[in-house]
Amino acid sequence: MAKGFSGGVHPPEEKHTEKTSIEAMPLPKRVYIPFSQHTGKPARPLVEKGAEVKVGTKIGEADGFISSPVHSSISGKVVDIKRHPHPVVGESLCCIIESDNQDEWEQGVKVKQNYESLTREELLQIIKDAGIVGLGGAAFPTYVKLSPPKEKKIDTLIINGCECEPMLTADHRLILEYPMGIIEGARIFQRILDAPRLIFAVEDNKLDAAQILKKEGVEVVILKTKYPQGAEKQLIKAVLNREVPRGGLPMDVGCVVQNVGTAYAAFQAAKYRKPLIDRVVTVTGDGVKEPKNLLVRIGTRAIDVINHCGGYTNPPKKIIFGGPMMGIAQFSEEVPVIKGTSGIIVWTSSPTFQEGPCVRCASCIDVCPMGLMPTEIYKFVQNRNFQEAEKFGALDCIECGCCAFSCPAKIPLVHYIKFGKAEIRRLKQK
Amino acid sequence: MKELLQVSASPHIRAKYYDINQAMRLVIIALIPTLIFSTYLFGIRALIIVLISIITSVVCEAVTQRMLGKEITIADGSAVLTGLLLAFNLPPGVPFWLPIIGSAFAIIFAKQLFGGLGYNFINPALAGRAFLMASWPSAMTKEWLAPINGTLSGIDGITSATPLNLLKNPSNYGDPNIIIKQLNDFTTIKSLFIGKVGGCIGETSALLLLIGGVFLIIIGIVDYRIVIGYLGSFILLALILPTKGSLLFHLFSGGLFLGAFFMATDWVTSPITKKGRWIFGIGCGILTMLIRVWGGYPEGVSYSILLMNVFTPLIDRLTKERIFGEIKKERKK
Ligand code: SF4
Ligand code: SF4
Repeated sequence: MAKGFSGGVHPPEEKHTEKTSIEAMPLPKRVYIPFSQHTGKPARPLVEKGAEVKVGTKIGEADGFISSPVHSSISGKVVDIKRHPHPVVGESLCCIIESDNQDEWEQGVKVKQNYESLTREELLQIIKDAGIVGLGGAAFPTYVKLSPPKEKKIDTLIINGCECEPMLTADHRLILEYPMGIIEGARIFQRILDAPRLIFAVEDNKLDAAQILKKEGVEVVILKTKYPQGAEKQLIKAVLNREVPRGGLPMDVGCVVQNVGTAYAAFQAAKYRKPLIDRVVTVTGDGVKEPKNLLVRIGTRAIDVINHCGGYTNPPKKIIFGGPMMGIAQFSEEVPVIKGTSGIIVWTSSPTFQEGPCVRCASCIDVCPMGLMPTEIYKFVQNRNFQEAEKFGALDCIECGCCAFSCPAKIPLVHYIKFGKAEIRRLKQK
Repeated sequence: MKELLQVSASPHIRAKYYDINQAMRLVIIALIPTLIFSTYLFGIRALIIVLISIITSVVCEAVTQRMLGKEITIADGSAVLTGLLLAFNLPPGVPFWLPIIGSAFAIIFAKQLFGGLGYNFINPALAGRAFLMASWPSAMTKEWLAPINGTLSGIDGITSATPLNLLKNPSNYGDPNIIIKQLNDFTTIKSLFIGKVGGCIGETSALLLLIGGVFLIIIGIVDYRIVIGYLGSFILLALILPTKGSLLFHLFSGGLFLGAFFMATDWVTSPITKKGRWIFGIGCGILTMLIRVWGGYPEGVSYSILLMNVFTPLIDRLTKERIFGEIKKERKK
């Protein structure tokens, strides 16, 4: 039975790589590993220039509760620690490691472990130490999400396999190729949370993936293909018909949502003590010769990834990290793949949109999955009336992009709303 | 890096359905069958009036924008649409200077002086029509033409009144009982539906307007809430109010379909909230029927919509959307 949430849009799917198997990319010569790859405080560097590291060596330690450690993704030598382009924040401190081509793993990593007998606390610690963060894009430290306060009883764990962003196929391939790992990872989460119910959510454009999961005997909910089906709050609404209260978190309605990639990473951490040092990235767009789903070591630069995919077809006009709806346009091909990078899209042309006057057509209102009035918020932001913008729910915006996508006047509504949100937060701090 | 990469805010794709220009064009396209049919019915005169109205609109838009030092945006098609809609609301026999004045008023006073497209709070075409009604009432209510192969009233032998006029003052034209009976007769209803009766240039064929309107609803340019709210409340009142016209007579006569599908649904001047659009449509329907039954005019479509336009900002303010996760069922617990 296909279910849904209100609002949303149907962008062209363009999932050209859904039939392309995941391929491991050969080791890059150098990696550029940012200390900040997650929501929260950047990790504290643990190594210095000149240090020898192996695959999985911890090079940055979590700093505070909402933070996450980072690990070396190749073996070799730290050649520098300095600022380097970053796909999300523009520029940040990076550990630059030159490969010795040995791909030598840290001791104890990749050795099969028996994790079934571990306690919840031990499993949680493993996930924390492995530097696992949400791989769906937000990169929120996973162990934090798995440690809700005692009074919040979690009854349902939802594993998100929606991958509602157009063009991206990494999660889809992961389900098709590693269903057992994902299911095991999900069961680890389930144990940690002590959640009675485990549900896999998949959109109905990935019925093959749903089939595979079903065959393994887990509960699968098939959802209508609609963007942003994979957004946490919309997903919970569609799967359980529960509405996360404004300003609240999924745990307020007894839920935790984890992405399939995150579940797989957790499985690898538990079974092989493997920290999060690689991830599957969809490389696509008309600007790459051979679009692929690639298993890429964290810290590999976009240009190395693209070159592995046969290079550019034509000079690129736009490089996006993430999907076309929520991804971030990059100013440099030097930016590295980080934990939250689900896709690299290269376009050889990039239409610019002429912004017209708002004609009050209300499309933005009809498609907003959060029930907001983007046109009103944008007008308040334009007039620098941030108080009203907040009253109209600017902070509830999940930046999904549905409004700007469907605006006939081509107003970059999300851009205005993001700016408004930043200003509202800044004014509050004062 | 040889070439600069373009950095812009997400989302990086836009819906291909339509931008403003295309939307305007689609609405115009939806009205073209009616225009062709009206030209056939009333002769080339109708087409000339429409063209005069459109050209005046476009020229006025360009000139005012120029004088106000703004970018000239006549290519967006909104002035063309205003001109077209205004002409559709004129009787086919009006003198040629009338559409010039009407559309000049519509564009200059009702649209540009408020800030142009998106800022006008009343529908320019309707404002233009209201202005003409107030200034040249006789030209606006007398210059009817009988359609080819049909009669003005839809009834043989009565040639000086439109059906709604007849309904309002039947005794002026003969035995009221007979006239009313004839008006509600199936042949009259059929003529009304197909459009073989007199009326304004664009309100002739209910059938063609219906097709165009439904097309716009399907592609998402016209909001169904307004249309259903309008027609729904209208139908309800037609059934319960003391009127001599039958339901079908009321539905197919006058400018109801033109108003409900094409004018009440104007983006700029109708509410943006979903609830607001229901209220707006229902309000239009109620007012139209009230005017038809008790008002001083035989037809109430355009005044109803104008009046509701005025209430639009208020409706918007009073009907906010429900934000996801807003606690609603507090009381039930
Ligand atoms: S306002 Fe925010 S939540 Fe609503 S559609 Fe726009 S980006 Fe999405
Ligand atoms: S979609 Fe664009 S033009 Fe339409 S109401 Fe929203 S902001 Fe205005």
